Amino acid sequence: MKLTLKIWRQKNASDKGGFATYPVDHVSKDMSFLEMLDVLNDQLTEKGEDPVHFDHDCREGICGMCSLYINGKPHGPLQTTTCQLHMRSFNDGETITIEPWRAKAFPVVKDLVVNRSAFDRIIQAGGYVSVNTGGVPDANEIPIPKTIADLAMDAAQCIGCGACVAACKNASAMLFTSAKISQLALLPQGQVERKTRAEKMVAQMDAEGFGACTNTGACEAECPKGISITNIARMNREYFSAVVSSENV
Amino acid sequence: MILDSKIPAGPLAEKWTKHKFNSKLVNPANKRKYDVIVVGTGLAGASAAASLAELGYNVKAFCFQDSPRRAHSIAAQGGINAAKNYQNDGDSIFRLFYDTIKGGDYRAREANVYRLAEVSVKIIDQCVAQGVPFAREYGGLLANRSFGGAQVSRTFYARGQTGQQLLLGAYSALSRQVANGKVKLYPRTEMMDVVVIDGQARGIVTRNLITGAVETHAAHAVLLCTGGYGNVFFLSTNAMGSNVTAAWRAHKRGAYFANPCFTQIHPTCIPVSGDHQSKLTLMSESLRNDGRVWVPATQEIAEKLRKGQIKANDIKEEDRDYFLERKYPSFGNLVPRDVASRNAKYVCDEGRGVNETGEAVFLDFRDAIKRDGRNIIEQKYGNLFDMYKQITGEDPYEVPMMIYPAVHYTMGGLWVDYNLMTTVPGLYALGEANFSDHGANRLGASALMQGLADGYFVIPYTIGDYLAQIPPKKVDENHPEFAKAKEEVQNRIQTILSINGTKTVDYFHKKLGKIMWDKCGMARTEVGLKEAKAEIKALKKEFWSNVKVLGTNEELNQTLEKAHRVADFLELGELMVDDALNRNESCGGHFREEYQTPDGEALRDDENFAYVAAWKYMGEGQEEELNKESLVFENVKLTQRSYK
Repeated sequence: MKLTLKIWRQKNASDKGGFATYPVDHVSKDMSFLEMLDVLNDQLTEKGEDPVHFDHDCREGICGMCSLYINGKPHGPLQTTTCQLHMRSFNDGETITIEPWRAKAFPVVKDLVVNRSAFDRIIQAGGYVSVNTGGVPDANEIPIPKTIADLAMDAAQCIGCGACVAACKNASAMLFTSAKISQLALLPQGQVERKTRAEKMVAQMDAEGFGACTNTGACEAECPKGISITNIARMNREYFSAVVSSENV
Repeated sequence: MILDSKIPAGPLAEKWTKHKFNSKLVNPANKRKYDVIVVGTGLAGASAAASLAELGYNVKAFCFQDSPRRAHSIAAQGGINAAKNYQNDGDSIFRLFYDTIKGGDYRAREANVYRLAEVSVKIIDQCVAQGVPFAREYGGLLANRSFGGAQVSRTFYARGQTGQQLLLGAYSALSRQVANGKVKLYPRTEMMDVVVIDGQARGIVTRNLITGAVETHAAHAVLLCTGGYGNVFFLSTNAMGSNVTAAWRAHKRGAYFANPCFTQIHPTCIPVSGDHQSKLTLMSESLRNDGRVWVPATQEIAEKLRKGQIKANDIKEEDRDYFLERKYPSFGNLVPRDVASRNAKYVCDEGRGVNETGEAVFLDFRDAIKRDGRNIIEQKYGNLFDMYKQITGEDPYEVPMMIYPAVHYTMGGLWVDYNLMTTVPGLYALGEANFSDHGANRLGASALMQGLADGYFVIPYTIGDYLAQIPPKKVDENHPEFAKAKEEVQNRIQTILSINGTKTVDYFHKKLGKIMWDKCGMARTEVGLKEAKAEIKALKKEFWSNVKVLGTNEELNQTLEKAHRVADFLELGELMVDDALNRNESCGGHFREEYQTPDGEALRDDENFAYVAAWKYMGEGQEEELNKESLVFENVKLTQRSYK
C-alpha cells in the first residue's frame, strides 16, 4: 500500500504547530497503525528529520497510552484503540489525517503527544476508597450480587485514554469521571464516601477546564472499551443527591 | 562477598511472623522524617508507595509513562492466585507454596515462596476493600477458576483484565496519598542512575522526559519496582517502554544480578507477521483446553501451505501431526508452558511451520466446534477469537488459529535478601524486578500475587528495620556524589547524541533481539551461546560508534530515551548469555540442549546447580564475577517433572 499522511507537527507546547505531509510506501495491511508510523519514523530518521512523536506503550489495547485523532475520529474508524487498528482498515492511495487529542484540558506536549494529567487529578480528588493497607475484612464478608459486580466491572474497564474527551464537541470528561464514580457508587465498599466523592470529582473535573455534557453520545460511540453513557446519568444522580444533602459544609 | 539471604531461623510456617516481630520499628513520630524513593508504579511500585505513605513516610514516586496507571502490570489477563480455599477443594498455604516451588523447577528460595503464599490471602481482602470488581458467583461470593495446571481453583479474576483492575486499585490508593500530600508524583521521568554514598543507596538521578532536565533526588532508601527485561529480545509481550535501565544502573553501582538467563516463553502468542512487527500479543493459555495443536506431517505439505497453494482445511487428517498429543499422550495439548513452547520450535525448525515466515503452528478448534457446537466455543472464547480476528484478519471459527511462542516474563532480576534488599544497603527491588520467588519458571497467575505481596505486605515491615538503624537526618543532596552521578548521566547523554552515525536505534535493538532469540531463547547450546557473546560484543561496539540519534536533550526526544534503554539491553544480553553458559543443566525455562533426558525433557542437575547465580559487575569491559547462594530445601523433595 501507498499512503499520504497529513500529520500535525508541533515542536513544543508554545509552538503554533501545523500540518506536514509525508508519503509512505511499502505499507502492509497486516501492520498496526502504530507500526506504520514506526516505518515513517525510520524513514524520517534516515533522512535526518525529526521523527513524529506519539504516545504508546502496551500496544495491546489496555494501557490507554496511545491516542491519535485519525481522519476526524479518536482512535480512527473502528471502536478500538489506535494500537489495535490495522492498516487493512485503509485503502491503497488513501490520504490519512492524524491529529493529537484536541481539548483545552489536554495541552499538546509535542506533535501528537498531549498532557492528560488532568485525569490523574480527577482521580486524586476522590476516585478511591479510603482504606489503608491491612486491617480490612475478609474478602467474602460482604456478598455483592453478581449483577451489581458486573455493572461495576463494566464501568471499571475504562482505560483513561481520553477518547471520550476528544470525541466530545465540548471536550467534556463526563464519561471518564462518571465511570469511576459509578464503579464505586455501585459497590458496598464505596458507600461511605459516596457523596463527597461525587462532589469532589465533579468539582475537579470543572476546575480542569473540561466542558459540559449535552448528551450527544459521541463519547460512548467512540469509547474503545464501550463504557456506557448510563454512567453519566448515574453520576448526575449521585452528584445532585450529594449537593442537596451535602456533607461538605 | 558471601551472600547472606537473611532467611530467619525456625520452622517454615513461623519464619515470617517471627521475623516481623524481630524487625525494628520506626517510631510513628519519626516516620515523617524519612524519605523513600519508589521507581516504577506498577503493582509493586504503586502498592509500596501507597502503603509506605499511609505509614507516614515521605514518598517520591517516579514513572516514565504519562500516568502511574499505564504501567505494564495493567496488561495481565488471567488472574491472581491466593490460598483462600474458598472452594473447599483442598487448597492451603502449604499447597500454594509447594506448587510454586515445584513449578519453578526447584530454583527458588523456600522461605520467600512460603511467605508469598502466606500473604496471598491478605491481598484479595485488600483489593476487595479498595473496590476491585472481582468476578462473583450468583450468591455474591467471589468466583475462582483453576489455572496453569494447578489441581485446585485458587485463581481470582476480573474478566480477562485482572491486571488492569488490580493496578487501578493500587493506583487509586496511590492517588489518595498524592492528594494527602504524602506522595509526590513524577510522571514522564526516567531513572538514570542510583547515587551510592559510603556503600549505601542515598538517592537517584532522573531525566525529565519533557524538558530533558537531569535532576537528583535524595532519600533514605530507594525501591526499584521497575519490572522485567523481556524487551532485550526486541519482540516480546512486554510494553514498548518496558526496560532494564533502572535495574541495570543499580547493578553497575553494586547490586548483584541473579539468574538473568531465566526467561519465560509463553506458547500461545500471535505469530510475527513481518519485519515491521513491534510487539507480540498473548492469547490466553486457556485456549489449549479445547484447541488442538498441529503442523503438516511433511515438509512438502508445509511448503505448499506457505506458498498459498493449499489451505489448512484442505489438509487431510492423516497428513496432520498433532505433535503434542503424539509425544505426550497423557497431558496432550495441556503440557506446561516451557514444554509446549519448545516442541513448537522443534517442528518449525524441521521446516514444518505454517505461515509465511515458517514460524507458526496451528491451534485448531474445528473438532471442538464439531463436538460442542459453535455457541459453546463462542461463550468460552468469544473475546479471544475477536481479538485474534482484529489483529490477523482471519476468522478462527473458520480457519485454525496460528500461534507461536513469545517472550513473556523474566524470572531473573536483582538479587535480594529475605527483606527484599539488594546487595547495596538501602536499595530494594520488588516485583518482577527481583529474582526471588519464581525460580526457573513462573506459574500462571503468580506474577500479580508477587508484585502486590512485595508492595503491600512485605516492604512496609522490612524497610522499617533498615530505617530504624539509620539516623533520620535529611540526606544531603549537596554531597559531591550527587553532582558526580549527575555529571556522568549528562556526559552519557551527550555521547549518545554526538555519535551521529548511520543506523537507527531500532536497527540495533532488532539485531540484539534476533541474537538473543536464536541463541539464548527457547533452546540454548554452548556453541550458540559462545557465538552470541561475540556477536553481542561486536554489536555493542557498533552501537557506540554508529547509532543515529537526532534532536537534542532539551526536548521530548523518544529516540534518545530508547537509545539509553537499548544501550543497557546490549550489556544485559551479554550477561544473560554468560549465565546461560554457566548453568550446565536444563531447568524450567532454561533449556540447554546438551542436558536433556533420553525423551528430550529438561534434565536438572541438583547436585551442582541448586544455587542462585548472582553476578557482580566488575567494571567496563570486564567479565562479571559469579557468586553463588546455595538453595536449601528442607520442606520439599526434589523430583523430575514428567508429562508423558
